[in-house]
Amino acid sequence: MDRNSTQYVLFFTMTMTVVVAVVLAGMYSSLKSIHTTNERNYNKKQILSSLNIAEEFKAESMADGAVATMFSDQVTGVVIDAESKVTDAREAQDIDMEKEEKKPEADRLYPVFKYTSAKTNKEYFILSVRGNGLWDKIWGWIAIENDADRTIAGAAFGHKGETPGLGAEIKDNTSWKNMFAGEKLYKKGEYSPVIVKKGGADPTSKYEVDAISGATVTCDGVTKMLEKGLAVYMPYLDSVKK
Amino acid sequence: MAETAQQVAEQEPLFGKNEKRLLIDPLNDNNPITVQVLGICSALAVTTLVVPSLVMAVAVVFVCAFSNLIISLLRNLIPKQVRMIVQLVIVATLVTIVELTLKALNFEVYKQLSVFIGLIITNCIVMGRLEAFAMANKPWRSFLDGIGNGLGYGVILVAVAVFREVFGKGSFAGIKIIGNTSEFALNTNAISWLGWYSPNNLMVLPAAAMFLIGIIIWIQRSYNSKLVDIS
Repeated sequence: MDRNSTQYVLFFTMTMTVVVAVVLAGMYSSLKSIHTTNERNYNKKQILSSLNIAEEFKAESMADGAVATMFSDQVTGVVIDAESKVTDAREAQDIDMEKEEKKPEADRLYPVFKYTSAKTNKEYFILSVRGNGLWDKIWGWIAIENDADRTIAGAAFGHKGETPGLGAEIKDNTSWKNMFAGEKLYKKGEYSPVIVKKGGADPTSKYEVDAISGATVTCDGVTKMLEKGLAVYMPYLDSVKK
Repeated sequence: MAETAQQVAEQEPLFGKNEKRLLIDPLNDNNPITVQVLGICSALAVTTLVVPSLVMAVAVVFVCAFSNLIISLLRNLIPKQVRMIVQLVIVATLVTIVELTLKALNFEVYKQLSVFIGLIITNCIVMGRLEAFAMANKPWRSFLDGIGNGLGYGVILVAVAVFREVFGKGSFAGIKIIGNTSEFALNTNAISWLGWYSPNNLMVLPAAAMFLIGIIIWIQRSYNSKLVDIS
C-alpha cells in the first residue's frame, strides 16, 4: 500500500487506536479492584488521622491491613440527613462528600463515624466537613469528644490545590493541626465553633486557633467550613448525648 | 529520515562507545533540564519532596525509554502526515499505564503527584526525543537515548528535591532530620541534630526550584567549558 495515501493513513490510525484502546481498557479493568481497595484504605487513614493526638498513633503511616482491622473493630458508621435524623439509605463509608455537595442542601447525607478507643474506652465522633479554600475545595475530618462543650480531640484536613508551603500547610503542618485538639465548639450552651484567627489567637481561649501566615484565604475557608459544616451534626450529637 | 538510520554501520557492538555516549551525554553535556532547558514546569512543581520526585523520575525514564523504542520500531510505518499525533498517542498510552500502575502500587504517592503524572504527556523532553532521535534511529539506540534523557531529567529533579525538602521542611524522604524537636512528638525515628534551624518556607515555593536550577546550571557551566558559548 502506498504509505502516503489517505487509505494508509486511515488504516494506520485506526489500527493504532484499537490496539491502544484494548491495552488500556484491559489494564484498567484488571486493576480496578485494587484501585478501589487502595482508595478506601486511603480514606480510612485520613479519617483516623484526626485522632492522631488523642490516640497517640500516626494513622497515615499505619499499614493498610492494620487500618482496615481498626476500622472494622472500633469504628461504626452512621448516616444522617440534612435534618440530622439517622437514615439507613447508605453506608457511612460509601458517602462521598464531593457528590453530596452537588445535591440541594435538603437532600444531602452526612457520614458520622463513631470511634471507641481500645485503651481508654472513650468515644469519639469523627465528622466530615467540606468547604472552599483559595484555589479549590478543602475538606476535613474533625474528631469530637462526647461531652457537654463538644471538645475537639483532633482534626485532619485535605485540599485539592492549595499552594505548597502556604495554604497546603493545613494538610502538611502537624503542629498547626495539633492546635485544634482541646478547642471547643460550645460556649455556655451556645454553638460557637472554633475560628482560625489571623494575627494570633488568644492562647487562653478555647475557641480560637492561630492562622497560618500567608494563607489567609485558606484559613478563612477553614473557619467557614467548620462553622457551617459542623452545625449540621449538632442536633444529631445532642440526640445521642449521654 | 529513514535514510539516516541506514547510514549507521550494520555491525555495531551492542554496547559500544556510541551507545555509552547516548546514556552519559544527557546526564551532563546535553542535560534536558540544565542545558536544553526543557521540562522545567514539572521540575518546579513536583520537587518539594524527595519520594514523589524519585517516582516522577522513574516514570519519565520509563515513558521516555519505551516511547522512543516503540516509535523507533514503527518509524518506517508511521505516515508522515500524522506522525506527531501518532507520537502523542503512544506517549499518552504509556503515561496512562504508569498512572494506573502507580495508583495500584502506591496510592499515597499517586495522590501527591496528582496531575503531574498525566502531564508527562506534555513534557517537551519526551516529544523532543521522539522527533529528534527515535524517528531517525534504530530501536536499541533509541531505547538507550530514552533512558539517558529520562535519567538526565531525573538526576536534576531528585537533586533539587533533596535541597528543597531538607531546607524547606526539615525532613529527608519524610523523616524529620532538622528543625524544632517538638514537631516530632509522634515521630520516634527523628534524629534532631540541628535544632536551631527553622525550616525556610521559601524553599517549598516553586520560586526556590527556579533558584536552585539556576545555581545548578551555574555550577555546571563553571566546570564544564564545553557548555560555555565561546563566540
